[in-house]
Amino acid sequence: MSANAVPAPLLSVSHLSKVFRNGTTALQDLDLVIDKGAFLSILGPSGCGKSTLLRLIAGLTPPTVGEIAWRGGGVGRRGFVFQEPTLMPWATVWDNVYLPLRLTGTSRSGASERIAATLAGLGLDAFARVYPRELSGGMKMRVSIARALVTEPELLLLDEPFAALDEITRFRLNEDLLRLWQRQHWTVVFVTHSVFESVFLSNRIVVMTKRPGRVAADVPIALPYPRDNALRTAPAYADECRRLSQVLAEASA
Amino acid sequence: MSNSQAKLVAPFAVGLLMLIAWEAVVRINAIPPYILPGPLLIAETLWRDGPSLLGSLWVTVRITAAALIAAVVLGGAIAVLFAQSRLLEISFFPYAVILQVTPIVSIAPLIIIWVNDTFLSLLICAWIVAFFPVVANTTLGLNSADRNLVALFQLYGASRWQVLRYLRMPSAMPSFLAGVRISGGLALIGAVVAEFVAGTGGAETGLASRILEAGNRLEMARMFAALLLLSLTGILIFVVLSWLSNALLAHWHESALPTDD
Repeated sequence: MSANAVPAPLLSVSHLSKVFRNGTTALQDLDLVIDKGAFLSILGPSGCGKSTLLRLIAGLTPPTVGEIAWRGGGVGRRGFVFQEPTLMPWATVWDNVYLPLRLTGTSRSGASERIAATLAGLGLDAFARVYPRELSGGMKMRVSIARALVTEPELLLLDEPFAALDEITRFRLNEDLLRLWQRQHWTVVFVTHSVFESVFLSNRIVVMTKRPGRVAADVPIALPYPRDNALRTAPAYADECRRLSQVLAEASA
Repeated sequence: MSNSQAKLVAPFAVGLLMLIAWEAVVRINAIPPYILPGPLLIAETLWRDGPSLLGSLWVTVRITAAALIAAVVLGGAIAVLFAQSRLLEISFFPYAVILQVTPIVSIAPLIIIWVNDTFLSLLICAWIVAFFPVVANTTLGLNSADRNLVALFQLYGASRWQVLRYLRMPSAMPSFLAGVRISGGLALIGAVVAEFVAGTGGAETGLASRILEAGNRLEMARMFAALLLLSLTGILIFVVLSWLSNALLAHWHESALPTDD
C-alpha cells in the first residue's frame, strides 16, 4: 500500500475564500494540503461550502481570494462525479464514458481498450450499448464514476455521489470504489454529510464548520485497508464513528 | 374493444354521424348547393375535379415544403447564433418577435409587390409565419443544457464548438423538433394566406386561389373539396413530423417513450 510511503503533497490550498455574487461567503481563509494517494473525505453540515470547495479544487469556479497550487506547477488530470449521475441521455453508456476522451482528442478506436477496461472495473461490461434511461440509479452512478476514471485522473473529486441511493447499493458502491482506489492509487476527495460513509472510506477526514466554511478538525482514520462489509459491524469502526460524530457536533454548534 | 381500437373507432364514428346529419339537414330542408352542399355532392365534386385540384394542391405543397425547410435551416441557424452570443440574442430577438406578431396579411401585399417571382414571394410570406417557433424553441433548447454537464465539458477543456456539437445541440433536439412540428402547420397556413392576398392569376395557382375562384362562382361544393384537401394536407404534415420526431428521439427522450401499461 502507498500508505507506507512518505506522503507527498499533491496540491495545497492556501487562504482560500469564496464569496458569491449575491454576497454569501461560502468559504473563508481555508488551508488544506492534500497528499498524493490520500482518500480524503470532507464532512460538514449542509450549506457549509464543502461542495464549493470541491468545485474550486476542480477548477470549475475561481476563488475570490487565495490559491490552489498543484505539485509541479500545472493542473493535473481531474475526474469529477456529481450528486446526480449527470449522464447524456441521448448517448449510450459507452459514449458517455467516451466523452472525456473525445473532448481531449482521442479517437473512438484509440479509446476502446481503455473504455472496455474501465467498464469492466465497474461491472458495466454488459451495458456498453445501453442508454442511461434503461439503468437503475446505482448503475447510472457507476457509469458516472467510469466516466470520471476513464482519463486515469490523478485526482478524483466526488460530490456526495451516493446520497440519493438506497443503502444496499450505497454499501456496494463504497466497497467497489475502495477496491478501485487500492488498485489504481489515485487521490480522492470525497464530499459527504455521512459520518459512517466517511469513516468507512477515508484515511483522513476534514470536518468543516458552518458557513462560512473553515476547517474545524482534521482527523486521521487509522483503520487498516482493505476494508470490507465486515468492518461496518466492527467495534473499532463504531468507536471511530462515535469520535467523529462528536467532532462534527462541535463543529456544527 | 381495446384502448387502441377505441382511439380509431370513436372519432371515426363521430365523423360519420356528423356527415350523415349534415346530409340529412341538407336534404330535408332542401338547401340549395350554392348555400350548403351535402357531403355526397362534395365527394362527387372531389372525384370529378380531383385531378385539377391536385395540380393546385401540388403548388401549395411545394410552397409549404420550401417554407418549412427554409424555416428549419434558417431558424436553426439563427438559434445557434443566438446561443453563441447573449448580446446577439438580446439585440435581434425582439425583431424576430415583431416579424412574428405582425399579421402576415398586412405584410404580404408589400412582399408581393417587391418580389417579382410569385413562388418566391409566397415562399417568403410562408417562411415569415413559420420560422419563429423553430427559432424560439431551439434557442430555449440550446440554452437549457444541464449545468453540470456544461461544467464537465469545461473541466475537460472542451472548445466552444465541442460544447455546441456534443452538448447543446443534442440537448436542444426535443425542443427543436417540437418547434418544427408547430412550424409545419404554420407553413401551410402562411402559404394559403399569402396566396389569398396574392389573388388569382399567374400560370400556376395553388389551392387558395381555387377556393377564392370557386367562392366567386358560388361553386360551394368545389370550395369544400379544396378545403378538404387542405385539411388532409395539414394532417399529413403533422403526422409525418410527429413520426419523424418520435423516430429521432425514440431511444432516449421521455416524450417518445412507450407508456408502461
